[in-house]
Amino acid sequence: MDLEELYQDVILDHSRRPRNFGEMPDADFHIHGDNPMCGDEVTLHVKFSAADLVEKVGFTGNGCSICMSSASMLTQKIKRRPRAEAAELSRAFQDLLTAPSEPEPDKRLGDLTLLRGVRKFPQRVKCATLAWHALDQALAKPTAKETNFSEETDPPAP
Amino acid sequence: MPQILEKPALELESIRRDFPALNQRVHGQPLVYFDNAATSQKPRAVIDAISRYYECDNSNVHRGIHELSRRATEGYEAARKRVAQFIGAGSAHEIVFTRGTTEAVNLIASAWGDANVKSGDTILLTEMEHHSNIVPWQLLAKRTGAKLVYVPVTGDDGMLDLDALDRLLTREVKLFAFTHVSNTLGTINPVRRLCAQARELGIATFVDAAQSAGHMPVDVGEIGCDFLAFSGHKICGPTGIGVLFGRQELLEAMEPYQGGGDMISRVDFQESRWNVVPHKFEAGTPDIAGAIGLHAALDYLDRVGRERILAHDLDLAAYAYEKLAALGNIRLFGPRPETGLHSGLISFLLPEVHAHDVITLADRHGIALRGGHHCTQPLMRKLGVASTARASFYFYNTREEIDRFLETIAEIRTFFARQV
Ligand SMILES: Cc1ncc(COP(=O)(O)O)c(C=O)c1O
Repeated sequence: MDLEELYQDVILDHSRRPRNFGEMPDADFHIHGDNPMCGDEVTLHVKFSAADLVEKVGFTGNGCSICMSSASMLTQKIKRRPRAEAAELSRAFQDLLTAPSEPEPDKRLGDLTLLRGVRKFPQRVKCATLAWHALDQALAKPTAKETNFSEETDPPAP
Repeated sequence: MPQILEKPALELESIRRDFPALNQRVHGQPLVYFDNAATSQKPRAVIDAISRYYECDNSNVHRGIHELSRRATEGYEAARKRVAQFIGAGSAHEIVFTRGTTEAVNLIASAWGDANVKSGDTILLTEMEHHSNIVPWQLLAKRTGAKLVYVPVTGDDGMLDLDALDRLLTREVKLFAFTHVSNTLGTINPVRRLCAQARELGIATFVDAAQSAGHMPVDVGEIGCDFLAFSGHKICGPTGIGVLFGRQELLEAMEPYQGGGDMISRVDFQESRWNVVPHKFEAGTPDIAGAIGLHAALDYLDRVGRERILAHDLDLAAYAYEKLAALGNIRLFGPRPETGLHSGLISFLLPEVHAHDVITLADRHGIALRGGHHCTQPLMRKLGVASTARASFYFYNTREEIDRFLETIAEIRTFFARQV
């Protein structure tokens, strides 16, 4: 049933043993996002190389299994990718979860594709996208080293 | 023959038939509605009262001479009288209709606070308050330069630190505002004692009864408060209607909250005179259907009996608490049930499953729970948690439903403990 589709083994594994979890004092950017509806919090730490690659990426925070596994897989996926490609992957991942009709997944997403199970749980989509919204901000290279943002609560219907 | 003094326990089957929304399947399973602290379901009598009003009597209040306007006004004012009786207010003039508890707190913070609180004064709150009993006071503090002080909560057992209260309740305090029942911890606070202690020092009191009115007998005379508020939608009434009780002399001394129609007695181009209380605080067309629906809800609750509702709430809370505790390896919040101070809701955390995951899985089993900070972020920070899962009960819930909930919790644990 839907639940097995949502909570796949890979997702549980990442939520129990998040990869690249921890502080990163030498990061260029610390982007802190929270979801006021549920209290999930993720801080993404990103360091770029001189050649504009994502040299290092890690995260800290506290959230549900969907939020934590999405952040964990994100860090593995975009590490050492050029900044422009990381942005493409972020777009592809978010489209996979939120585009009105489900697109063919970008092959490069790999295990991240498993998170499309949240499409059947609209209230949980924000859990999966929180870390990616933080990534989008880091990729834009803000002027400040530290940024805080909050996800919008349910916006009015378009 | 000995007289039977105690009323029999609730007739749950017949009560449940009164609530159309309870009789449905969710994700293929019979609905177990355990989100009553957020809002309750509505009995047929309330839904019918609202429909009947719109079908037969709909009109605007207070301004018309025609028959329908008379009926609408009568229905609206009868509701006010019923509310006064429901909470033991001396007169219907002490009852102001608002949109809910939140608007009532904002009304006091503006209309009473702006006139009575000045720089250097203290507003005393508790650490277990809902955001709606914090933020309006923060806004007032910002306007006036007053400061906010909080009575601490002792810990996961969710009691107010009454020793600290003795120190904090000083002459600088202008108002002591606190909740009767915590929506996160389930704690029933000793409201009479709190009000008495404040009154000795001439400190005004506000009781947030959002989680107690309609769950237990609540009588403003017995409690001894100056202000009290609750929301209709949490006690079988419709959304959009709530109540502010204020002692008449206090309401009379207050300036209006909003300006508009109905709240005036005379308007000139430059200035106006206010209508008498409570109309002074009800600018514009009110929620007439809401008040009429609330009236029906109060009648319904008193037919069931608030003493019996309280007994049932306490029983379900104790049952759920003990059974959850017996599962082991679980963090439970609020007083131990044998204190008699744990109302009908249980907040809990499973160390290995995040609250949102619990809610999503329970939902797929047809069980409506709530997870998150429950609009009590400062309290959550104090307890060192980001969110809890909460099951909140009402008089139509049953022990069988709790059994299903417990089975589901056990299943959720197995599901998340699986080898991956
Ligand atoms: C203790 C408490 N106070 C105040 C409120 C606010 O009530 P409303 O949203 O109906 O204004 C609630 C409801 O969530 C509550 O539980």
